[in-house]
Amino acid sequence: MQTIFALATARGKSGVAVIRISGPDAHQVATCLAGDLPRPGQFALRTLRDASELLLDEGLVLRFDAPRSFTGEDTVELQLHGSIAVIRAVERAIAETGLARVAEPGEFTRRALMNGNLDLAQVEGLSDLIAAETEAQRQQAQGLFSGRMRKFADRCRADLLRAAALIEATIDFADEEVPVDVSPEVGDLIGSVLGAIDEQISGFSGAERLRHGFEVAIIGQPNVGKSTLLNRIAGRDIAITSEIAGTTRDVLEVRVDLDGLPVTFLDTAGLRDSDDVIEKIGVARARERAAAADLRILLEDGVEPTHGFDPGVAIDFRYETKSDITGRGISAFTGEGIDRLLADVSAALADRVSDTAIASHERHRQAIMRARASLAEADLVFHAGIEGAEILALHLRDGARALDSLIGRMDVEAVLGEIFAQFCIGK
Amino acid sequence: MKQTPFDVIVIGGGHAGAEAAHASARAGARTTLVTMRADTIGVMSCNPAIGGLGKGHLVREIDAMGGIMGLAADRSGIQFRLLNRRKGPAVRGPRTQSDRALYKAAIQDLLGQQPNLTILVGEVADLILRDGRIEGVGLSDGSELRAGAVVLTTGTFLRGVIHIGDRKLEGGRMGDRPSNRLAQRLRDLDLPLGRLKTGTPPRLRSSSIAWDSLDMQAPDDDPMLFSYLSKAPTARQISCGITHTNARTHEIISGNLSRSAMYGGHIEGVGPRYCPSIEDKVVRFADKSSHQIFLEPEGLDSDVVYPNGISTSLPEDVQEAYVRSIVGLEQAEILQPGYAIEYDYVDPQRLTAELELPDLPGLFLAGQINGTTGYEEAAAQGLMAGLNAARRVLGHAPVILGRAEAYIGVLIDDLVTRGVTEPYRMFTSRAEYRLSLRADNADQRLTPKADTLGVIAEDRRVLFFQKMEALDRGRVLLSTKRFTPRDIAVTGIVINQDGQRRSGMEILAFPDVGVEHVDQLIPEFAALPDEVRTQLAIEATYKTYVDRQQRDADALRRDEDLIIPRTLAYAEIGGLSNELRGKLDRIRPGTLGQAGRIDGMTPAALALILTRIRHEDRRRA
Repeated sequence: MQTIFALATARGKSGVAVIRISGPDAHQVATCLAGDLPRPGQFALRTLRDASELLLDEGLVLRFDAPRSFTGEDTVELQLHGSIAVIRAVERAIAETGLARVAEPGEFTRRALMNGNLDLAQVEGLSDLIAAETEAQRQQAQGLFSGRMRKFADRCRADLLRAAALIEATIDFADEEVPVDVSPEVGDLIGSVLGAIDEQISGFSGAERLRHGFEVAIIGQPNVGKSTLLNRIAGRDIAITSEIAGTTRDVLEVRVDLDGLPVTFLDTAGLRDSDDVIEKIGVARARERAAAADLRILLEDGVEPTHGFDPGVAIDFRYETKSDITGRGISAFTGEGIDRLLADVSAALADRVSDTAIASHERHRQAIMRARASLAEADLVFHAGIEGAEILALHLRDGARALDSLIGRMDVEAVLGEIFAQFCIGK
Repeated sequence: MKQTPFDVIVIGGGHAGAEAAHASARAGARTTLVTMRADTIGVMSCNPAIGGLGKGHLVREIDAMGGIMGLAADRSGIQFRLLNRRKGPAVRGPRTQSDRALYKAAIQDLLGQQPNLTILVGEVADLILRDGRIEGVGLSDGSELRAGAVVLTTGTFLRGVIHIGDRKLEGGRMGDRPSNRLAQRLRDLDLPLGRLKTGTPPRLRSSSIAWDSLDMQAPDDDPMLFSYLSKAPTARQISCGITHTNARTHEIISGNLSRSAMYGGHIEGVGPRYCPSIEDKVVRFADKSSHQIFLEPEGLDSDVVYPNGISTSLPEDVQEAYVRSIVGLEQAEILQPGYAIEYDYVDPQRLTAELELPDLPGLFLAGQINGTTGYEEAAAQGLMAGLNAARRVLGHAPVILGRAEAYIGVLIDDLVTRGVTEPYRMFTSRAEYRLSLRADNADQRLTPKADTLGVIAEDRRVLFFQKMEALDRGRVLLSTKRFTPRDIAVTGIVINQDGQRRSGMEILAFPDVGVEHVDQLIPEFAALPDEVRTQLAIEATYKTYVDRQQRDADALRRDEDLIIPRTLAYAEIGGLSNELRGKLDRIRPGTLGQAGRIDGMTPAALALILTRIRHEDRRRA
């Protein structure tokens, strides 16, 4: 196993830059630069020099000994002054020792996984954590990173093992004193795991949206104030607003942190029949995006109401605009009622995110669905009677295996590449 | 004194040794079986029964490979019973009580008829090595036997110690000497040895048992035999008695625990959890007020009864007291006291999948010496060790059965990959491809392979291919013609009138549908032999599951095809944890598939090993 190194912080000017070195020669590499190292788990201020004794920088040297490090290997972290030139000089000096090479994307994390310091779901959680922009996303990612998926899989698996053991006992020890009727307990165990799995499945879509962000489409007829509302939510002018109907042609997006939820508001072209080819495309696109969004807000003109307007998509909220003129509804122009609108949206989206949902990646969903399919079959066989004991056992085994793949006990090589490709160097 | 060289020497005449010698001779090697006493070849040291769940599967497989255990069991069977008859066909296990004398006679007869095979009486005291490989054995009389390969099947005889209460006897079995000199020789070779124990119950005089007061268990009306060559039992079929321990029995045992060899701290070996002594049962399952005992006659003309379920290492007076507290045994006379036996075994993780000890090329181990228990497990290993020893000497490629192929494959892979922590016994739950590894299709799985190895006799060959032909005919009949729900309903099957046409195979897969229904639909099918129709019905039952498992099995086969060189330097593979590296070094898996089954193995570590193999391949290229 080669020793690797990489810049762990963002490249560019900053207060502090961290370079991480991990692998069997990590200590030796750091010794080449810093002279001697602090004791394991300690840090010390050192002057870093290259082989020709050229002064590179003065910084903190942190020493971690295997297995008590992030990667599980010997590791040293160098805290340097966040200068592009300093970073470059130290990287050159490390490479010149000939003992270490530049890490590939995600390689530190891959080693942590390989050494059993993290399971697969934790790796995903870490990736989410790095990408998290809002409080709810942070909490979700922390849950995954802290090992909630392993706890879930372990609990289900323990129940399935128990059920399988009961069934196998009736098969393999039929010629001995067979235990009392095991069916009630087996039925309960299968039922309880199915329940836990269904909870994850029903919570998945909310959890998955939370990870990627929600979309809320603002739709309505031309000139009802959609773009004004978008600008108001963004707190700056993003959309061109004018009195000319049909000003917005394409879909405009604003991403905001709404009470911790990542929400993208979509401003769309006003819905009307038009002969203008470009506007026609804009209207079609507005309907398409609105249909795919998590919520749709229909704005209606309070000054010139049109009755019987059909937006062509289902509507979640409906607001009358221009309250500055009519005294009813909301006004994107003055900001009146916008807090209420945002509170409505926030509450509706928060409802979709359950606290118990751990499954938030498509990979989780697939594994859980596989487990569910096996257990549903097990349930079916179970209710058909004991003649199917060997088939019941097969389904239980398949179910346990599917749960195993959640945390990466098997069948993971295929997904590894994809997961690690999402990482930037250094983490 | 020098003798004519042999190709293969088999040491030991138990179930592993007999099967090994026969298989080696069948494979064309000049073979000799060396035993301390010729009259004990094929003796059943423990309970007088063959087969059971998982074990019955092994015997059927041994038979399908041309072995002798199934034939001997059929010739000596006095109470055939198919276990799990009411459960699915995949988990049904044939079993029989055997007449000890008939069984032993059958084995000796079958060995005697086998060309290429001689029996030699003597005690092996030494292994002759040259340049680190085996070259023969030395006998205690000073003579030497030369051979290209040696199969060691010493059972419980390596430093065997018998315990009855605080009494200790050296012996491999009651009445037989242990093989201490050979054990010492093996110790000198620095093999990784461990200690296991097993036990037997006291043997009772049949005429002293009040049979009239007992429940009896009758044999099956339509017995399932072990060998594909057998048609019907030849010995008279009899019943076994059933009785139970009671509160008084448990009181006597609890009151004397300190006098038990096991509880008195005289035994260091580990015993099996699934075959506890009566002391263990009383202590560990204290809430049970009674345990079942089967009273198994040891033979048709024998006055000895084996009380299955009360093995013990208590002193003789306590054995007598607790036996006589049991209903039906009030006057029972103990002919031979129960005892526990401790013996050495070699850590099977050191073996290759051919059952060879790579530290000593040419030395193969089979049976209890590898940490297993049971006649069937021993015979299965004997078969494979014998075949591989012969093939090694004759310059042929090794034969290894996979986990998706046979229980024998599961057994050997478990041993060499995972090792043992207690005497290893086969269970059906150990086989992940259980639905396809059935007792009914062992011949289809293994006989073609045995045929290409040239180890089956002509009569078996002819019978097998006739059956295959009939099965193929049946499969065609069941898949070509399709029937409307209306056609199907006429036979009495309840079916949705969904208009969908179904094949005979699909109809047979319905629950509650039997061959008799399909007989009505396809007259040509009805004309096929019963055995063939039943077999096809079982295939139909499991078809969807077996098809689904096929993908797993194919993936497994790909991994099994990836050979890991035995010389692979795990120390040079970075990124492996020390624990895994230690295991890999000890087990030295032969294939990537086997490496994947090592306890605690991770996909990441497998990827590292694979990378390393590829790297070395490139370097060599």
